[in-house]
Amino acid sequence: MQALYSAPETLIRTPSHYCPGCGHGIAHRLLAEIIDEWGIRGKTIGLAPVGCSVLAYNYLDIDMCEAAHGRPPAIATGIKRVHPDNIVFTYQGDGDLAAIGMAEIVHAASRAENITVIFINNAIYGMTNGQLAPTTLLNQRTTTTPEGRDPLAHGYPIRICELLATLEGTSFLARTSLSSPKNVSQTKEALKKGFKTQIEKKGFSLIEVLSPCPVYWRMSPVESLKFIEEEMTQTFPLGVFKDWEKAISAPGGQATKV
Amino acid sequence: MKSSNNKKHLLTGNEAAAEAAILAGCRHYYGYPITPQNELINHMAIRMPQVGGTFLQAESEIAAIYMAYGGAAAGARVMTSSSGPGISLMQEGISYLAGSELPCVIVNVQRGGPGLGDISPSQADYFQAVKGGGHGDYHNIVLAPASAQEIADLVYDAFDLADRYRNPVMLLGDAQLGQMMEPVEFRKTPRTHQTVKRWALTGAEGRARNIVKSFYPVKGELETFNIRLQRKYRAIEHEEVRYEEVNTQGAEIILVAYGTCARICKEAIRRASGTGLQIGLLRPITLWPFPKEPLRRLAKKARAFCVVEMSAGQMVEDVRLAVLDRCPVHFYGRMGGGVPSSREVLKKVLNILAPEGTLELEIPEIPTELGKGLYFSTIP
Repeated sequence: MQALYSAPETLIRTPSHYCPGCGHGIAHRLLAEIIDEWGIRGKTIGLAPVGCSVLAYNYLDIDMCEAAHGRPPAIATGIKRVHPDNIVFTYQGDGDLAAIGMAEIVHAASRAENITVIFINNAIYGMTNGQLAPTTLLNQRTTTTPEGRDPLAHGYPIRICELLATLEGTSFLARTSLSSPKNVSQTKEALKKGFKTQIEKKGFSLIEVLSPCPVYWRMSPVESLKFIEEEMTQTFPLGVFKDWEKAISAPGGQATKV
Repeated sequence: MKSSNNKKHLLTGNEAAAEAAILAGCRHYYGYPITPQNELINHMAIRMPQVGGTFLQAESEIAAIYMAYGGAAAGARVMTSSSGPGISLMQEGISYLAGSELPCVIVNVQRGGPGLGDISPSQADYFQAVKGGGHGDYHNIVLAPASAQEIADLVYDAFDLADRYRNPVMLLGDAQLGQMMEPVEFRKTPRTHQTVKRWALTGAEGRARNIVKSFYPVKGELETFNIRLQRKYRAIEHEEVRYEEVNTQGAEIILVAYGTCARICKEAIRRASGTGLQIGLLRPITLWPFPKEPLRRLAKKARAFCVVEMSAGQMVEDVRLAVLDRCPVHFYGRMGGGVPSSREVLKKVLNILAPEGTLELEIPEIPTELGKGLYFSTIP
């Protein structure tokens, strides 16, 4: 008998600390699959953020570094400058990347730092019990916006891909989602493209992944996938915003349909 | 500047620190402009590309310390530098460096505070440097040079100490030492000792993976880790204390000062020679670990200590803790950019010896061979 499908070797078989229905497990697995398929385990160095995925190194059998909140792009810069031929990626949530770490991500992008950023956007602070994130949708209820996000009081959601697309230093920017098998497989393709960008030394790549957080969205896992498709993508349209291979450049943020 | 390290160069302390770092094998420098350390970052910007290294001007001191953290995690010798407000911003990162046991050299060219303060010399970051500064139970190894030459010498040692103990090392200077130009001779053969860093992140080719972290969420793990850290700190306290003694044999009053203030105290001792005043100096070269034992030894014989600092009195607390009640400990300090003169130090000494003001002394002028109006004598 021939095994047609098995867990990737790079994915460590251990009980998950993530909540039921969370998207992190899928994103981790996609990363592990790519590392296995491309045989790059010995060259890859990952950065775990502060947030739910702080323990990402419990699941990925590669060299990894834990980062202070928001600082993965700065630490990745330091690592990449020492090992320019290694593949260095950061794995960051929306609080880490778009709130406390906004300066680091914008400047790493503007320097065309040759790293890949995996940006998990679930529009909420999961680890600290569901507070407002910079990507929380308008009217979305969180523990710190109990009546819903009011733009006059809490500001508007930040669109990272659109924002970074205005920078000449970015080479590949895409937004995907984990809401369906098709979208999961497009996410994997986008992640591959991010790594390819780095391997070919084309500069900064970021893949924003819309990911479910059923527990703090107060929804069932199935409802949360529907929420991504029907609500989140209204504010965060899927697509490719920058692609050095296809000369897609979208200053101001118009996405090209994938 | 070309590194031909067998002759004297006229350099600012900041430039000496940068050049010595390059000679010590540092090829990755991350910094952010702030006065009075700009000569250091500017020198690195010129020299790093010449030696095939990385110079990167970060978007903030926060980013700079974490870029250094990344370089350290990747196994390289890394340096960053700043002053006052910028060093405050780096404290989180320094705590992470200590918690992840990463070697890194940080230069603090102290300026006056609190807040934005000013850009003149100060020693008011002593507590921040030697007591931890960031969150958690940790120590930096803190080196206190007193001349451009000693800055160069201690930079080599700073990298070695950082690597040996996998610990952040802070070189604590000040605006005076950083910006004053002095002759510097770099070591002909730097005694730098590069250790093999098996823990570093290089990609896990053919080996088990490495993880660099300071997160220990499983109950009990963090305490175990802290106990191990403290054992390391005790070993450093046992092995690495450095200090200089001047004229302490038979001295009635022992001055205790580091860096710029130590040079002023040496000047005071020189001016008092032949007057009958018996003044000595203990100059800590490591501020952490602190030279407690030599102070205790001197406390048995001296009449009193007098700590001189450019602060409201920070190191004086460590001197008092070291000698306890064995000997009175007096303090003379200037703040907010004020630099004590040797005359002020001598007046304080007279006041200690005779608080009622009965003891007067004709304080001689600065010896002519040093030149009129020169504040600082050179360190022999």
